[in-house]
Amino acid sequence: MIGIFLIGTLLISTGLFFNKNSAINYALVACYTILLWVLGFYEYNHLNTIELEYFKPDALGILLIFAMCIICIPAFYHSYRYISTHDETPRSRGIFFAALVMLMSACSMAYLSNHIAVTWIFAEITTLSASALIYHHRNIKALEGVWKYVFICAISITFIYIGILFLSLAMKQAGIEDMSFDSIMAHYDLLNLFWLKLAFLFIFTGFTAKIGLIPMYTAGIDAKDKAPAPAGALFSSVLMNMGFVGIYRVYAVVAHTQIQHWASVIIIISAVLSIFVATVYMTRIKNIKRMFAYSSIEHMGIVMLGLAVGGIGVYAAILHIILHTFVKPSLFFQFNQIYRVFQSKNIYDVGHYFKYNKAGAIVILLGFISATAMPPSGLFISEFLIFQSLFEAHYFLILILILILLTMIIWGFGSNIFKLLFTPPLIINESKIPRISPWDSASQYFLLALAVYLAYSPPTIFVELIQNAVKLIQ
Amino acid sequence: MTDILLITFTITVLFMSIANRIYTYINILIFQGFILFGVAYLSLSEINTLNLILILLETIIFKALAVPLFIKYLIKRNKITREAEPYLPNFISLIIVTLVIVVTIILSSSIDDTYLDKTYFVVALSNLFTGLYLIVSRKKIITHVIGYLVIENGVFILTLAVGNEMPMLVNLGIMLDIFASVLILGIFFNKIGDFIKDPDVNVLRNLKD
Repeated sequence: MIGIFLIGTLLISTGLFFNKNSAINYALVACYTILLWVLGFYEYNHLNTIELEYFKPDALGILLIFAMCIICIPAFYHSYRYISTHDETPRSRGIFFAALVMLMSACSMAYLSNHIAVTWIFAEITTLSASALIYHHRNIKALEGVWKYVFICAISITFIYIGILFLSLAMKQAGIEDMSFDSIMAHYDLLNLFWLKLAFLFIFTGFTAKIGLIPMYTAGIDAKDKAPAPAGALFSSVLMNMGFVGIYRVYAVVAHTQIQHWASVIIIISAVLSIFVATVYMTRIKNIKRMFAYSSIEHMGIVMLGLAVGGIGVYAAILHIILHTFVKPSLFFQFNQIYRVFQSKNIYDVGHYFKYNKAGAIVILLGFISATAMPPSGLFISEFLIFQSLFEAHYFLILILILILLTMIIWGFGSNIFKLLFTPPLIINESKIPRISPWDSASQYFLLALAVYLAYSPPTIFVELIQNAVKLIQ
Repeated sequence: MTDILLITFTITVLFMSIANRIYTYINILIFQGFILFGVAYLSLSEINTLNLILILLETIIFKALAVPLFIKYLIKRNKITREAEPYLPNFISLIIVTLVIVVTIILSSSIDDTYLDKTYFVVALSNLFTGLYLIVSRKKIITHVIGYLVIENGVFILTLAVGNEMPMLVNLGIMLDIFASVLILGIFFNKIGDFIKDPDVNVLRNLKD
């Protein structure tokens, strides 16, 4: 099935790239959506069976694939809305959708890959397709965003590659030749710990560019800011999940060795610093889109804390990243409509959103409650469990620090959101404001509700899959 | 013989830290490409012939000729001034790069591993860190690209250290080289040249909070 999926992706994206007819464009995108769902169900029915030598759908991969299947439908819908409201040529539309399809496929293959080198190759492809999306507007700021993104990602994939080389040195002593995750896991006790430490350090640093953590988070912020909002939604969900998968699989090996504690300290340092940086920017930021992007950095920091601390934290980390996959894109999708109303990203130019688009304003309010993990948000459950794990592991100081930082984030986030919703804007020409259909907000309601449902009343299959994914580490 | 080549390779890094003109950097890149050709030929003795030819062609054609010449072409086309414009004086750069090399030597001497030739490790790491240093200490975007290419050359040396056992990794390294260089150089530097007449990182400062 993976072979069919890869061939299908190639054909569809080539078709999208060259096609100029909008009906065919719709049809190709619909075909791709069906293909992605078929892949999800097929892999779910063939859990833990090796395909094409390098791929193995395990519980974590399946969870993330299904999250992507769900997110891809609103992403395509809002992309069409975006394209129709911006005077796009058939060519720029073709490039946009071809890049979107490539990005999703590369991420899904990275989720399912059972080989570190294959994950790395697909990480490279995400850089390529993401850069096409960031450069969509072809202006000087988009160029700056794409240049920074490509340069930092190029350095990050070089780091991952160096990590892979060190991993091969760690395996050399044990006489293991096969670099698949299964084979590394099976021989974890034979690995040379010094090289494994270096390998983990480099691979972790490399993947931080994708997941959005200190030290390489910067590129992602500019990318989400300059890319069209539907693409930004995918960057802050499926692309970040890909970084998570990369780190998770390597950490799963490390977690069984004696250097587990050392690795968890590294992750905790990076996570706490990321939350700190997110706090600093969130409290003074004036650009709405960048604010959403920094909020993602904060959430990834929390996820990593859960992963590093262990115990119930690992379960909560996976739950958190899946719920975040639904919550953050709904804010990005809604941003499109904010921009159509106010024609600006700046917080000083917006306001009284309730007056201009009621359905959208409620999405923003609910999205804010969800993203700051206030009950009844789904993220509340996962964040609470992560805090519980920090408490149980006696990381009291870190827990207090994180709670203070999160409170500051709620203040910064809230003051901007309430300005957007309730305070009248300084200058606005009401005659130019288009009427926004409430149906444009329907998918966001669905995604936010789904996050609540999965957190408070999770289906048995969902819980089992997360528990199986946790078994990789514990 | 390999050791001599590797030591020469490290000396080129020192030379790079004090170079003033961009053309000097490019000439050093060409020289590094030739050294890599020699090192690859000497160290990959157990690899199959076809793969070896591919690797050698990559070093000589891609690393030593195509990329440096393309950068020269870009410099002419975009009328970039020839100064490297470092933020720090060359003398301090020289000291920093020397320190980098000394630290990697000390680091490698603490490793107890019979499976790795430490010379490769020292050369690779010192190249990696010098590349990073060049990126942060030079003003022009084109010198950032050169810094990245220096990092890639360092990584290539490390690949050669494990290349005999795992030829797949060498091939992946080649893929990384070609992919990243083409992406960075081909598409975007061309575009940056179209937009900005004298590319310098200071013009790319609009995206901020």
